[in-house]
Amino acid sequence: MQTANKVSQQQLTGASGQQITCLRFTGDVSSLSKDAIVGTYQALDKAVHKCILLDFKGVEYLNSSGIALVIQVLMEANKAGQTVSICGLTPHFTKVFTMVGITKYATLYPDEAAALAAL
Amino acid sequence: MSVTSGSKVEVRLPSRLGFEKVAMSTAAGMAKLMGFSEDRIEDLKTAVAEACINAMEHGNKMNASIPVSVVLSMKPDELEVKVMDNGTGMQTPAPSPDIDRKMSGEEEARGMGMFLIQALVDEAEWVSGTGTDEQSFVRLVIRMKENE
Repeated sequence: MQTANKVSQQQLTGASGQQITCLRFTGDVSSLSKDAIVGTYQALDKAVHKCILLDFKGVEYLNSSGIALVIQVLMEANKAGQTVSICGLTPHFTKVFTMVGITKYATLYPDEAAALAAL
Repeated sequence: MSVTSGSKVEVRLPSRLGFEKVAMSTAAGMAKLMGFSEDRIEDLKTAVAEACINAMEHGNKMNASIPVSVVLSMKPDELEVKVMDNGTGMQTPAPSPDIDRKMSGEEEARGMGMFLIQALVDEAEWVSGTGTDEQSFVRLVIRMKENE
């Protein structure tokens, strides 16, 4: 019943010239996605990857357990001095992320182009 | 297809993560038939999925052989959803999530389901059963137009 979550990683350059590590999620983001979401983030060298962009454009299903994994990434990134931005959320999940307070620790952009223009 | 108030659909799900999407799709289909807007349907989908996950995890303790029953009832301008499990229900209301406490590790990152349900639907009521003869349930009501 769960669509496997896949994560791909890509290096991008923001408008300011800074290097951005983009993690693109596809499929389901739920309690079963811990290895894919948190595991992929934890495998990054925190000294090298200072600016992280989480891209949800390809996500088909997201629930509160999946949002908790995003919070876990934000918590670890905050401790490591990394900045995290998020893009590709639907208007509904933009509302949900705002409701739970994630916007206090991560900036939301409608899409990758908007994120790159601002970073 | 004509949609009449009083139409009812029941779905029984095994307590296995992922099956909440069946209830979610059913609820979305009914709301679409009733003419709900896309944003209200998205609110409903998240609320129904979270209610089913709570019923599977906390009510039925992830015992796949114990079903979660979902009864969806069309009413004039609103859809009522009852999600039933074999647990003893909510003993204490869940607090609203505090992102600062979550970020500092003082509060678990998880535990936002009830908050989201309450925030996304117009009415949410948790009723405790005995866990054997009498099922516990959450009753949600979502209206076609969001309350101001």
